[in-house]
Amino acid sequence: MTEIVARDAAQAAAATGVPTRPSRSWTEIGSEIGDRIYSWSITGFAAFVPILLLLIFLAVGLAAWPALRTFGFSFLTSSDWDPVAGHFGAAPAIYGTIVSSLLALLIATPLALGVAVFLSEFAPPWLRQPVAFGVDMLAAVPSVIYGLWGIFVLIPFLREFLMPFLRDTLHLGVLPLFNGPAYGSSMLAAGLILAIMCLPYISAVTREVLLAVPRSQREAAVGLGATRWEVIRDAVIPYARSGIIGGIILGLGRALGETMAVTMLIGNRHEISASLFAPGYTMASLIANEFSEATGDLHLSALMAVGFVLLLVTFLVNAIARWLVWQTAKER
Amino acid sequence: MATAQTTWGGAPSGRQRAVAERTQRSIRRRRVRSHIMIGLMYAAAVIAILPLLLIVIHLLRMGASSLNLAFFTQTQRPPGEAGGGMANAIVGTLILIAIASAVGLPVGIGAGLYLAEKRATLLATTVRFLADVLNGLPSIVMGIFAWSLLVKPVKHFSALAGGMALGAMMIPMVTRTTEEMVRLVPISLREAALALGYSRWRTSLSIVLRTALGGIVTGALVAMARIAGETAPLLFTALGNQFWSTSLRAPIAALPLQIYNYAISPYDEWHTQAWAAAVVLVGIVLVISLAARVATRRRYGAGD
Amino acid sequence: MSPHDDATAPATDRSGPAASGAPAIRIAVDDLNAYFGQVHAVRHVTVALPDSHVTAIIGPSGCGKSTFLRCLNRMHETIPNARATGKVLLDGHDIYAVSPVAVRRQIGMVFQRPTPFPTMSIRENVAAGLVVGDRRSNRKQQHEIVERALKRAALWDEVKDRLKTSATGLSGGQQQRLCIARALATDPEVLLLDEPTASLDPISTQKVEELIYELRTEVTVVIVTHNMQQAARVSDQTAFFLGGELIEVAPTETMFTSPSDERTESYITGRFG
Repeated sequence: MTEIVARDAAQAAAATGVPTRPSRSWTEIGSEIGDRIYSWSITGFAAFVPILLLLIFLAVGLAAWPALRTFGFSFLTSSDWDPVAGHFGAAPAIYGTIVSSLLALLIATPLALGVAVFLSEFAPPWLRQPVAFGVDMLAAVPSVIYGLWGIFVLIPFLREFLMPFLRDTLHLGVLPLFNGPAYGSSMLAAGLILAIMCLPYISAVTREVLLAVPRSQREAAVGLGATRWEVIRDAVIPYARSGIIGGIILGLGRALGETMAVTMLIGNRHEISASLFAPGYTMASLIANEFSEATGDLHLSALMAVGFVLLLVTFLVNAIARWLVWQTAKER
Repeated sequence: MATAQTTWGGAPSGRQRAVAERTQRSIRRRRVRSHIMIGLMYAAAVIAILPLLLIVIHLLRMGASSLNLAFFTQTQRPPGEAGGGMANAIVGTLILIAIASAVGLPVGIGAGLYLAEKRATLLATTVRFLADVLNGLPSIVMGIFAWSLLVKPVKHFSALAGGMALGAMMIPMVTRTTEEMVRLVPISLREAALALGYSRWRTSLSIVLRTALGGIVTGALVAMARIAGETAPLLFTALGNQFWSTSLRAPIAALPLQIYNYAISPYDEWHTQAWAAAVVLVGIVLVISLAARVATRRRYGAGD
Repeated sequence: MSPHDDATAPATDRSGPAASGAPAIRIAVDDLNAYFGQVHAVRHVTVALPDSHVTAIIGPSGCGKSTFLRCLNRMHETIPNARATGKVLLDGHDIYAVSPVAVRRQIGMVFQRPTPFPTMSIRENVAAGLVVGDRRSNRKQQHEIVERALKRAALWDEVKDRLKTSATGLSGGQQQRLCIARALATDPEVLLLDEPTASLDPISTQKVEELIYELRTEVTVVIVTHNMQQAARVSDQTAFFLGGELIEVAPTETMFTSPSDERTESYITGRFG
């Protein structure tokens, strides 16, 4: 990084004809060696990160290959998951992942945006910290605890109150979305718990980008006579739009990969159903549920193939999300 | 704008009055809408923190009563028998955290130092991006990754495999928090050390790293708290163990694994134990997270 | 208090280094150029800095005086994309021909803002420079060195009872004197000061100026300052920089009463900068 012309010290000293002091003491050599070791070490540690990612893709991909090769594209489209017969179609799991995640986003996004706007724009100072803490701590609760609470609190609530309410009292049961027996363990339960789990991520990112909106934007809108809500809707949010979208996609990434809470609440059935009340599967919960008792190599490979699809999808979603958030950061 | 006025004075005409009234009504409508939306935001805030409150309250109600000394000192009883504890799971979790930290902390701190010092190199930009992406990968993928590398070849489950899976998850977390903390150290400190004749490595370690250490430790603790609650990576690596085991080569019990197994079991006594374990686990995680938040705020000033 | 009204000052020749040859030259700079990437910040500077004298460097903001100073202890090159060419001879040895770490152990520097190491106590801060290089000493020696340095920096009396407390508990002026003590503890041959009193209150400024004046008999001091009165107060020789070039260097009294270059005169009389 420097281009200092370095000449041999002895040579220079000889040229000036002055008695030399030792040109390189041990401590100087030591510091140069130390610098080089340090530099190599931290570079090595840093390089470990992309290597780790590569290893993950390789290991999972290689283990998935037998199944993918055997079933080809039908792996993604077939609903026939029959370990005994050796057929493996992951469509129900893929369907379930998509549905539960979309449901989660549908519920979580307006709430997360609302909380984020609340916290960044007009929460009274004494409320701001506790509420922010409460929302952020949602991300710290382990997935299995959500599952535990879900089994013993949420599912009974759904089974005994909410599902009958939606289906019968509100007569939404005429829609395929809300009919069927109310077991409790269902896509709806999974969607709800996922909504709670991805809310803090969307909220945190949104809060950050909202706070970065320059004050001048707000002031300009107020000066034009906008109401408080209009300032937010027309001046602040559009400015932060790509960051907010990034946050939503980040939340999606989390929802796609959530395992424990989902596997405890979704019923674990290889079934594609139009009803939210029906049990189902997600890719993550499928792996969690069947891996330990997998019968045979093909079964294992099929599960690894599901894992590979999940890896690919979440990698892409997270990459897009991060890229979007980076873009807003750069624009500031 | 209260009443319309013609520019040269005089009473407003009928038409001007109509325009004024329409504007007034529109303003009122917009104000009402504003109040409604803001009310909805308050509602959103309430709904958002409701789950946390519900869960914590329920945990305390169901679990606190089952917490006793036996919980911390004994291992599980067969189904149907009340009592017993999760001492092996608590110890197991601690061992797993230790293994994970042995891998995750050096790599994470080293990578974080690299990112903070060589900010814009190609490797730095790549690592920063990939670390963020890694942070979002499903933990079950980490589990099957560790399984394929550390369990399948040797055909047995082990605490080591579980610890490694958790360690791999720690790396991107620690990397980012370390980078942030080291970046906060002002350049002037680095220059002061260099001007004293410190070599670069000594400056980085004895001055910069030492100054940032508090924040780095906080970040490390938060990462440890996060992985302490992870279950999925352990499902097919550490597997879980009903008995006392501290061997690295054998399956080992862990709190979240135990909670999972007990929760899906049909036995009521085990359900009670699951709640008790949940209280312990959530307690640890929340306490560490809260402490980290307070420590960071105190050190670097408020700024939510 | 300035060199000019001290009747008992040693009879050194103040008419410039080259003339009578009486003061030895500590640092000889020969055609020094410094760059930030493509920006040519210091242009073809040649100057001699005499031993046991205080040389002040003045000039408007952005004239390259700080950059020049940082070339003297090879701190300039620690900035990415920064480089320097030319010769800087310390006692006849070109500092650009040896390791920068060695150079910086012989030349001390104090920066504009006080930079005590926050995780260290006062004593540890002062001794911070002692742990490197050939200066490893035992505990007792270290304590003595620390005490001596703090006394030279006129800070000993104020902190002698709390050497183990954190350095961040000191006031700004005290912290800056602590940094000076830290630089002095390594017994440097040359001390570089980059606007050392810029962020200090008047009383601390006065203490630091007194300190500089007393130090000159033991250490060669080069001080960059944007405050001309300060230059007039503490220095023996002054150099005026403008646009990266050295316009004029002269004994301080001459510089401020009858400068030879009209640009110097404009600056000194306040017409710009």
